[in-house]
Amino acid sequence: MLSLLRTIWAVFLHAFRKRATILYPEERPPIPPRWRGRIILSRDPDGAERCVACYLCAVACPVDCISLQATEDEHGRRYPEFFRINFSRCIFCGFCEEACPTYAIQLTPDFEMCEFDRQNLVYEKEDLLISGPGKYHEYDFYKVAGLATGKKDKGEAENEEPPVDVRGLMP
Amino acid sequence: MKDIIISLVTVFGVLGVAMTIASGLIWLERRLLGLWQDRYGPNRVGPFGLLQVLADMIKVFTKEDWIPPFADKPVFIIAPAIIVVTVLMSFAVIPYAPALEVIDLNIGLLFFLGMSSLGVYSVTLAGWASDSKYSLLGGLRAAAQMLSYEVFMGLSVMGVVMLSGSFSLRAIVEAQKSLWFFIPQFVGFVVFFIAGIAETHRLPFDLPEAESELVAGFHSEYSGMKFGMFFVGEYLGITLISAMITTLFFGGWLGPVLPPVVWFLVKTFVFICLFILLRASLPRPRYDQLMAYGWKALLPLSLLNLLVTGGILLVR
Repeated sequence: MLSLLRTIWAVFLHAFRKRATILYPEERPPIPPRWRGRIILSRDPDGAERCVACYLCAVACPVDCISLQATEDEHGRRYPEFFRINFSRCIFCGFCEEACPTYAIQLTPDFEMCEFDRQNLVYEKEDLLISGPGKYHEYDFYKVAGLATGKKDKGEAENEEPPVDVRGLMP
Repeated sequence: MKDIIISLVTVFGVLGVAMTIASGLIWLERRLLGLWQDRYGPNRVGPFGLLQVLADMIKVFTKEDWIPPFADKPVFIIAPAIIVVTVLMSFAVIPYAPALEVIDLNIGLLFFLGMSSLGVYSVTLAGWASDSKYSLLGGLRAAAQMLSYEVFMGLSVMGVVMLSGSFSLRAIVEAQKSLWFFIPQFVGFVVFFIAGIAETHRLPFDLPEAESELVAGFHSEYSGMKFGMFFVGEYLGITLISAMITTLFFGGWLGPVLPPVVWFLVKTFVFICLFILLRASLPRPRYDQLMAYGWKALLPLSLLNLLVTGGILLVR
């Protein structure tokens, strides 16, 4: 019986506590930078698209909400012809970000993407592409990859040796 | 003619105030529960969320009012009305101020007890007419709980009746001029309060509803305004029991400085808040615990209280 009274008193004292609610639209909750929110496609530090249209994100996606078509430019550099994410399907698991070999696809701390029309949740490449490098400021895939592009040849990337002449006899 | 107009104004005034308080309680309860659970509760619609009541009312009136095809239709429809009518009838005998009362029955207290007994019909018939297992279980529980707690409710106020020598609520209030009855009748007050919670089947004694086990108990099958009627009846019940506690044990309108009606409303408000605080803090007991608690603890306690009060009165 006494414990009941103590309970009632303890609950009553909560009237003078600070409230835990964050009044959302006026007051913003602090969101961690690694929050898995709206998906974006980032660019290299020099402004070119990072995405190489390898399809790994589309394969990793458990709900198949990413669709894209690869194509090549005149230097043989791959890029997506279209890149489409259906956010009405997306579950924001972040597997696409984990799968991406070029840090192109990234999840951002933005969750306010409600729409009245479901069709508006299908984001095309121009909706997804941002102008900056996202979370990885310095990274440039083509500067570290041993791939010949229009700007550089094989063996000219950072931390890379020139290709070995397999027919040469020198050690 | 003048008397008729005055009594008509009183009747409709009391009706209007009681209904307003009952609907306002929905807001008050949610806000207070929020306060005690470190959150806000409804605070968007209007100032402090006060217009939430209006929004809820519009919602409940425009909802689909569905009667299950397997239900016993006439009884199903009349059951929610019974609880509101019986509770509202009891408001007629409560004296709010020296000159503000619908009727001064010389058996006012008995009338209140009788009306709260009739309230059992509402929940039992609702559970029965719904023809669903959960509803029936809820109705059964309600019948057993309310009937057994009525026994000590009646017995607990007998001490007050002995001290004041009258069943008239006005006479009871006037007998408390020197000393409010909750001091000599503290046990009676506690038993009446607990029985009152059980009568209005509020938490922690809301076993007829018991969301965690019976869906919504006796009103599982109800929707729309019929469901709303049960809620209005419940909140009216809280107001009624609070008003009765004020009248019987806390001197009704008596108090210094402020006008009598204000004193009555303030005291009633405190008990309404206490009802909500109990809901915020206590878990629901098991059904057999509830019955055992009633018959094994409260009944002997109220009988003992009756015996001691009678003995002291006899000696004096």
